[in-house]
Amino acid sequence: MAAIDITEVSKIYYGGVEAVKSVSIDIADGEFIVLVGPSGCGKSTLLRMVAGLETISKGSVTIGARLINDVDPAERDIAMVFQNYALYPHMTVYDNFAYGLRNRKTPKAEIDARVAEAARMLEIEPYLDRKPRALSGGQRQRVAMGRAIVRKPAAFLFDEPLSNLDAKLRVSMRGEIKRLQKRLGTTSLYVTHDQLEAMTLADRLVVLNGGMIEQIGRPLEVYHAPASTFVASFIGSPAMNLVKGVLEGGRLHIGTHAIDLGYPTPAEGPVTVGLRAEDLRPAAFGEQALAFRVDYVEELGAQRLVHGTVDQPLTASLPPEAPLADQLAIAIPTNRLHFFSAENGKRLYRPTPADGSTNAVTGVATVAAPAGRHAVNLEPIA
Amino acid sequence: MHRTRFFDHVILLIGVFIMVAPVVVAFMTSTHEAADIHRNGLSLTWGGHFAETYEAVLTREGGFTGKVTGFNMMLNSMILGLGFAVGKIVLSMLAAYAIVYFRFPLATFFFWVIFTTLLLPLEVRILPSYEVMNALKLTNTYTGLIVPLLASATGTFYFRQFFKSVPDELLEAARIDGAGPFKFFIDVLVPLSRTMMAAIFIIMFVYGWNQYLWPTLMTTDEGFFTLVRGIKQILLVWVGSNIPDYNEAFALAILAMLPPVMIVVIFQRWFIKGLTESDK
Repeated sequence: MAAIDITEVSKIYYGGVEAVKSVSIDIADGEFIVLVGPSGCGKSTLLRMVAGLETISKGSVTIGARLINDVDPAERDIAMVFQNYALYPHMTVYDNFAYGLRNRKTPKAEIDARVAEAARMLEIEPYLDRKPRALSGGQRQRVAMGRAIVRKPAAFLFDEPLSNLDAKLRVSMRGEIKRLQKRLGTTSLYVTHDQLEAMTLADRLVVLNGGMIEQIGRPLEVYHAPASTFVASFIGSPAMNLVKGVLEGGRLHIGTHAIDLGYPTPAEGPVTVGLRAEDLRPAAFGEQALAFRVDYVEELGAQRLVHGTVDQPLTASLPPEAPLADQLAIAIPTNRLHFFSAENGKRLYRPTPADGSTNAVTGVATVAAPAGRHAVNLEPIA
Repeated sequence: MHRTRFFDHVILLIGVFIMVAPVVVAFMTSTHEAADIHRNGLSLTWGGHFAETYEAVLTREGGFTGKVTGFNMMLNSMILGLGFAVGKIVLSMLAAYAIVYFRFPLATFFFWVIFTTLLLPLEVRILPSYEVMNALKLTNTYTGLIVPLLASATGTFYFRQFFKSVPDELLEAARIDGAGPFKFFIDVLVPLSRTMMAAIFIIMFVYGWNQYLWPTLMTTDEGFFTLVRGIKQILLVWVGSNIPDYNEAFALAILAMLPPVMIVVIFQRWFIKGLTESDK
């Protein structure tokens, strides 16, 4: 068990393509870090550099106190779980577990003990004599994890380990990975493109885009205060609505609507406004609302996703009992609005904490907002 | 599901007949006495001299030196066939391993150089090859018989394609598990290639067993004669004032056919597996 320090690490391929650009992450001992981003964002490359499967072009990686830039993968005290499991097809489950230990000249008795322990932990004891071919996808996944566990490494590296499983199994394996990691307390670095997996597993998320870090933070921090429009659209499902707006003298203009923010605006002029679909709700009678023209509805059971336009395309996640019409009045607590720079997409932080003012929406139905009517919300963590 | 029809069977039966009939004729004729064969030609009936003829062929010492038996020649053929097949597999696997897994300068170039040797079968380079072997004083040795035939573009190409289809993650997992290049080859690639090796083994064994021209050139010492060569020898040697020993020539031909057929029958399942599926 050990902390991992990734300091200004870059990966430059022959021909000058820079896949990872000066990335720094400090990973505490026992922490579960998830690298998340779209394909081609460099997350796998970064993981493979930590594993030693790719050379580190620039920067340094230390595991524990040891600089491992030029250390052989086998000597780095890490274990890796691959997307396609990479089990040795001709070896039994037992031999798959034991192979790495044998190469390290671990005594036979200890190999037996460790394999038995890992097999018990993963509930695959009955399958130790089978070949991987005779196992189901979920069982293979367990074997792949078991192979990592028996090594008792300083860190686990996961490279999209669940993407070959079906949806149901993925959810249960996700829980199992989390449980196992908590129990073993092993520092883990996990790569995925699935934001849900990232949110549920991570102690801290690292959102990568184009080889650079967009944001590092706890899942809720990232969800409530995305650092950029990229993070905003990537984390959370459905993706955060991003619309163009203009801030002017304490008011937000979206198309023909003007919203009284009730707190000092973080900037003046054109901005990108972020509205989470789940923050939008049907406006109460007499409340000020946005006029929402409905295009189509997706029923999810627990809620319904309503797609439509408020001047610009917007998706709202409404309770299933909410009445539907071609035209809806929807509202959002103003402290749930996110503002991003119109130029570079970076988050614009509010100068002072908001006072939790009511939604003051003018433009369509101008009715005085009832006093004290505001959603009790978590203040975005700035 | 395809329903097998009567006509399909007829076609297959005709095929079997065409393939097997000459062998049956050869076998039946071999059980007659040489004089009968000389008088009556080929025969389809049982001649009743099976045991004597085959025993004579296998154990009687013949040739100019009077030391070669059929059994000797069979052993030589076996050594040539096995040495040839095993050597080819080892060599082509190592070559393919180098080409696929190691970054060395001009790797692709070397691959194509190996590939172009397909255009240079033994028959084309037989004089220079003989010259080299002669200069190395390797005529009349097993080494001289086997080594010049070992380089195999076909084998290298097969294994290259197979290794390329092995997922990279397997190599990476092995690296993290502390396996060096040699261990990875022995512990992972070789076991994975088993069916491929069996398939290539069959092809190469039969090819090596059936070699005629090269052994004829390389061996003048009768102790190194192979079966395929020996058939001819019998007819030549006994063509004196007597009737040639047709029966023994036929018996030898049948014996020469036997091992390759057995190898194919035994390895058939592996052969099909190796060529059609991969064990991944």
